[in-house]
Amino acid sequence: MQLHLVLFVIFGVVCVAGAVNLLVQRHPINSALSLVVVMGALAAEYLLLGAEFVAAVQVIVYAGAIMVLFVFVIMLLNAGEEERTTGSRIALLFGVPGVVAGSLLIAWVLLSRFGAQAVAIGALPGPPKVIGWLLFHDFLLPFELTSILVLIAILGAVVLASHPEAQPKKER
Amino acid sequence: MVPLSYYLALGGILFACGVTGFLVKRNIITIFMSIELMLNGVNLSFVAFAAQWHALSGQIFVFFVMVVAAAEAAVGLAIIIAVYRTRETLNVDRVNLLKL
Amino acid sequence: MSITTFVIVSIIKIVITLVVLLTAVAYTVWLERKVVGHIQNRWGPTRVGPFGLLQPLADGIKFIFKEDLTPPHVYKPLYIAAPMIALVFALTSIAVIPVGNWVTVAGVQTPLQITDLNIGLLVVLGITSLGVYGVALAGWSSNSKYSLLGGLRASAQMVSYEISLGLSLVGVLILAGSFSLRDIVNAQAGTFWGFIPRWNIFQGQFVAFFIYLTAAYAETNRVPFDLPEAETELVAGYHTEYSAMKFAMFFMAEYANMITVACLASLLFLGGWLGPLFGPPALQMVLPLFWFGLRVFGFLFLYIWVRGTLPRFRYDQLMAFGWKVLLPLAIGNLVVTALVVALRAG
Repeated sequence: MQLHLVLFVIFGVVCVAGAVNLLVQRHPINSALSLVVVMGALAAEYLLLGAEFVAAVQVIVYAGAIMVLFVFVIMLLNAGEEERTTGSRIALLFGVPGVVAGSLLIAWVLLSRFGAQAVAIGALPGPPKVIGWLLFHDFLLPFELTSILVLIAILGAVVLASHPEAQPKKER
Repeated sequence: MVPLSYYLALGGILFACGVTGFLVKRNIITIFMSIELMLNGVNLSFVAFAAQWHALSGQIFVFFVMVVAAAEAAVGLAIIIAVYRTRETLNVDRVNLLKL
Repeated sequence: MSITTFVIVSIIKIVITLVVLLTAVAYTVWLERKVVGHIQNRWGPTRVGPFGLLQPLADGIKFIFKEDLTPPHVYKPLYIAAPMIALVFALTSIAVIPVGNWVTVAGVQTPLQITDLNIGLLVVLGITSLGVYGVALAGWSSNSKYSLLGGLRASAQMVSYEISLGLSLVGVLILAGSFSLRDIVNAQAGTFWGFIPRWNIFQGQFVAFFIYLTAAYAETNRVPFDLPEAETELVAGYHTEYSAMKFAMFFMAEYANMITVACLASLLFLGGWLGPLFGPPALQMVLPLFWFGLRVFGFLFLYIWVRGTLPRFRYDQLMAFGWKVLLPLAIGNLVVTALVVALRAG
């Protein structure tokens, strides 16, 4: 299906462009917004694979809540542009070509190993009903454990980010 | 029909960008965002394999990865705020009091 | 239906929906000014056209000709992008909202909805969550203390009340068994004992209805939760530094959000377009639209009535209410609904 390939390439290019923009931008707010664009394009890729519930959850949770949290913190701390230090210059010089070479190698291995096995458009429909059934029957224990994890995270975040309390004055 | 390897390659490229950002950038928040980018690349691989092998547990695992990423983002950002309050900077190179 | 027919029909539907929505936004502003005026014992706009009906046109022309001032110290890319983000997300969620049954026009069968996704409700919730960016980025990029505070407060408020909003809808989902908005409305067909319609509000979602309304008022930053943009508190909150067309975009986004909330409330709790159908087939195609419009108008009137009547909450009262009262109520409603459905089935 040519349309499938065209859509995949369009959203893939948007993903990669957003990821590269995240690296290139000096100000963290621009990086945060490019990450939101990456997540949106990834949600479209999930839809191409038929995972509709995962795509919706990606937009609601990842792009709509986690990244909002990032944007909040950047706004609150008034983070400015980042400065170039010697450490980051060395990492740029050796690291970027290294990572590019490494990822090209991995991509070549993948393409030669998995070759022509194709995935149809909407190959595995993931309607919320079936996912809900799985979550509450086969994966009930991990589900409950992650809810406890989120509770711990909430408590931790509230404690860590709260202002340090003043010592109660004993003499009055 | 898009070959499975294309999806995996896209996920791999996102992961590689995340690793690069984690190693190269000096702002704590940008480093944290590179971690989220890595997680997203991994999620794409999960969903692609789930579609290939008709196993819905791939999509369930993506759900759990997102929940863990949310919890980690909340606590991590709280730590970043605490670090900013004491060290007045968001540059990783300046948080070096324990260095010899 | 071939793909070209589908594309052409979709484009026609999109154009009609956009035109209707933008006109509705303009006339909701007019309705608000008239109703609030009468509540405050004065006439609203009366001079431009009969009953001031051409006032939105005059306002539009004024906004176009106003000087578009960009203050010097703003962060330009985000300053220009934020109102567009707010408006785009406010207008997009109308795509999954159905207004009537399937109709046959010129031999083509099509639903009165731009697209019937089977995750329709999740899409609306997702777009609502993305709408926070417009507000937050506007407040931050304006580089002014009133805007930053207003933007932070507004986005914190919107994020907090999103949770209660979503949870209050889960009761409806349990009763309907699907995320598709069309299925949810069709599950409300029929009557109890012959005359009480089987709407969700009568099927036990009464508390959920009020939780939804309250959370929606907070989501759209309307009285009594409009502290972030109150004139007496923060000059104008996150849109202090905006003028002319950009301010008009924020304005339109707020009213478009109100209309979306009204449409959702009528679809999920009040039976959507269900109502007595009579007359010739042509009339029967149009009547559901009329019933739907009646409910949406009722909700918009309620929004404006509440604005004219209630004072606003202080910010800490607002946040305490959202987290300590509304969220436990929504969870309680979910637990009770799930229990009743499980006991009835088992």
